[in-house]
Amino acid sequence: MRAVIAEDSVLLRVGLIKVLEMGGFQVAAEAGDAEGLLAAVAEHRPELALIDVRMPPGFTDEGVRAAMEIRRRWPGTPVVLLSQYVEERYAADLLSANTSGVGYLLKQRVADVADFVAAVRRVADGGTALDPQVVAQLLLRRDSDPLARLTSREREVLGLMAEGRSNAGIAQALVVSESAVAKHINNIFAKLDLPVVDGDHRRVLAVLRFLGASRA
Amino acid sequence: MTIPAGLRRSVLRARRDTGFLAAGVLPHLALVPVWAWAATTTARTGDWLLTVSLSAALVLLGTPVLTAVQRARYRVLIGVDVPRLTPTAPEQWTWASTARWLAATRPWRKIGYHLLGPLVELLVLAVAAAGLAGVTAYAWSWALPTGIRQDWFGYLTQLPAYTAAGLLLLCALPRTARAVAWAEARLALGLLGPSRAQRLQKRVDELAVSRTDLIEAVDAERRRIERDLHDGTQQRLVSLAVNLGLAIATRPDLPSDAREVIGRAHLEAKAAIAELNDLVRGLHPAVLEDRGLDAALSGLAARTPLPVRLRVDLEERVAPNVESVAYFVISEALTNATKHANAMRAEVIVRQVGEVLRVRVTDDGLGGADAAAGTGLTGLAKRVGSLDGAFHVSSPVGGPTTITAELPCAR
Repeated sequence: MRAVIAEDSVLLRVGLIKVLEMGGFQVAAEAGDAEGLLAAVAEHRPELALIDVRMPPGFTDEGVRAAMEIRRRWPGTPVVLLSQYVEERYAADLLSANTSGVGYLLKQRVADVADFVAAVRRVADGGTALDPQVVAQLLLRRDSDPLARLTSREREVLGLMAEGRSNAGIAQALVVSESAVAKHINNIFAKLDLPVVDGDHRRVLAVLRFLGASRA
Repeated sequence: MTIPAGLRRSVLRARRDTGFLAAGVLPHLALVPVWAWAATTTARTGDWLLTVSLSAALVLLGTPVLTAVQRARYRVLIGVDVPRLTPTAPEQWTWASTARWLAATRPWRKIGYHLLGPLVELLVLAVAAAGLAGVTAYAWSWALPTGIRQDWFGYLTQLPAYTAAGLLLLCALPRTARAVAWAEARLALGLLGPSRAQRLQKRVDELAVSRTDLIEAVDAERRRIERDLHDGTQQRLVSLAVNLGLAIATRPDLPSDAREVIGRAHLEAKAAIAELNDLVRGLHPAVLEDRGLDAALSGLAARTPLPVRLRVDLEERVAPNVESVAYFVISEALTNATKHANAMRAEVIVRQVGEVLRVRVTDDGLGGADAAAGTGLTGLAKRVGSLDGAFHVSSPVGGPTTITAELPCAR
């Protein structure tokens, strides 16, 4: 799978290339700023863009803007944003159009190479990967809506769903059985008044409600 | 013969003061012909309206020049700086604004100074002249015809009295000259310089500007340090942790003790990243600049280890320095709640009411926080004070603790 990297720190770029190659990606191009990134995406049409949020010239949210531009011009291109800090507001921007093929993770997560590679592959396959810290921020703001009815364990499960994990992944993360996870998920569906349709679709709706609330 | 140092000094000082006063006479007397002309013309023609208004116009035209001369005299001869009056010119020259501007230049006081000045100067010059005349009375007596001088009994009685009086006057001259020079300087400061209110206003304006500059400089410095750490050390640490992570992931064949060492280094590197992140974040969060207070507080509340209820009600972004102070108040309050108060939960409310930004942080911890003792709280009070805001801590022993800050945020 072809990937492009946008990261202004040359030192870190080298590490990111190694990690992506380990995960089975070929890095087709590397860029140091948003302009270079957009040119590289136009040329290579990659199956993954790994983007640093803070880049020259302003060193604020250039990466977020570039990612949204990529999603607008080449819809369906999976993007993973990396940052020293994660911000709910940037996540809301990124997820406002479409939640599939989007990742937003802390830079330090790259150090846990296996987990990081799994998250990036999930995004490349059209899934989502949100940093637990982003999820914590998104959960924080909701206290006057249906999400407030969820128990703390159910919120945890919903958060992990939003991170893009499967039932098995959630069970592993919470150290509970998969059937317990399924029970929690059914409670979440019920409390959020989600229509009884096929399971995956309801799952997406639950995550969307959760994320949608963050933009209210 | 040596002159005692004390005498020498007082003679020198008397010379300086008398010279200063004498130098004032000429510019002061410059107005005398105007007054004389006005008086004689009025007496001759009886038309006082014309002469008074003409001489008033002359005086008004002449005062700026005379005032400048007097300022130079004070500065050069006795080292007193009489501040200039420089009222800011109005933006629109209407009758009312022009009148206010003219009043702020205080023309009547200047004219008054130029009228009163010569009187005090002449007083001292008269003392000096009388003293000199008295002391030299015997010399003058030689001008009398010889016959009269020899028969005159006053030669023995009056002349010694004149000489003694002259000596007394000359002895008093240094003190008199000094007192009068001082009095004239006060007069000039009061009549030529700005009023107390104008001086204080100027000082307040200067202080306000320098305080704003200082705060901006501190904020800019914090931003610079944050940027440097972000671009340098933080990237290096992440890179280090990534490489250690790669070693763990790609070399399962290494001996177990080597793997253990690498694993420990990996954990340490990640802990260092987390610690440095917290520190750097406290300096200046980039998102605050970029997306404002509301966005920055989400991150802050989420990173706080307690459940934080966050309510932000802002119609629009407030000035960057207000955002920055509000952010640090909340950040410090939440840190205190976590570290010192053992709180279970906290609530943050930010509301804009008219031109005031109200910030309130409440926690259910132990209470007993003292704004006078805790350096963190003192620092916060100072930062809030730097924006002319109000800061209040209510923290009875046993809790709850409520910290409020009200920051003016008119744009």
